[in-house]
Amino acid sequence: MTADSKNTILVDGERIDLRNRPLAALLAWLIPGAGHFYQGRYTKGALFMVCILSAWVLGFALGGGHVVYASWAPGDKRWHYFLQAGVGGAALPALLQANLIKTATDKKTGRTSEDYEPYWGGFMAPPLRPVRESQADEVSAWYARHGAGYEMGTWYTVIAGLLNILVIYDAYGGPLSVPISGRKKESDDEDESASEETGKAAT
Amino acid sequence: MLPDQMLSIAPSYLLYYLPLIIAIAFVFGGTRHENTTLILQHTWQTGRWITGFMAVIFIVICILDWLM
Repeated sequence: MTADSKNTILVDGERIDLRNRPLAALLAWLIPGAGHFYQGRYTKGALFMVCILSAWVLGFALGGGHVVYASWAPGDKRWHYFLQAGVGGAALPALLQANLIKTATDKKTGRTSEDYEPYWGGFMAPPLRPVRESQADEVSAWYARHGAGYEMGTWYTVIAGLLNILVIYDAYGGPLSVPISGRKKESDDEDESASEETGKAAT
Repeated sequence: MLPDQMLSIAPSYLLYYLPLIIAIAFVFGGTRHENTTLILQHTWQTGRWITGFMAVIFIVICILDWLM
């Protein structure tokens, strides 16, 4: 890979105009593949969109729609959300739900008000407070209801978020370099020598 | 857990693995190339490598369990 102008790169013999890189990265974060569509890389955009959103939706369904929520309450520190948020727009409703339940929860008792009603029928809403380890609460009910699906759904959505970070990088800076283990074939060696030559020319 | 018990639950759990490995392999391939043929080649290699790696780990666990 080499650059012959600020936003144009040459990869696999193809010249790619990355256009406005920060905007492409932002679009890629908001909707997986959207950054590539913006850059005119339609095949890759469609590929990323299908792969990542499929994994996301499948995980969401496996977990009964409860695997994505934002919470940092005692007993329920949902660190997975930081990784799930890599998918961008699809994870944002959880933030609104988190803010709503925060305002509806008594700080002293840690108990959610009985008047609390989540948006959109509870879509991406955190569990009712309090959530305590080894006690019956809404989280344990979700686990009981969906079994391994809840766990797998969490991982599917986490992995979808992580994969989109690679896609965001690809939209911003072009394809990553091929690891050493992938350079054994002659064609890869040729690419490598070509990139070295062009790299020298660029410097 | 005995190896035969592990193998008995494996088929249903493998269904969880399939969509995940497809998504991961395609994204890995897609973020390393621009040419469609090279993307598909890299996808196949990634899927094969991860599957092989997990198979080796599975065999090692089975052997360790058998030895204990």
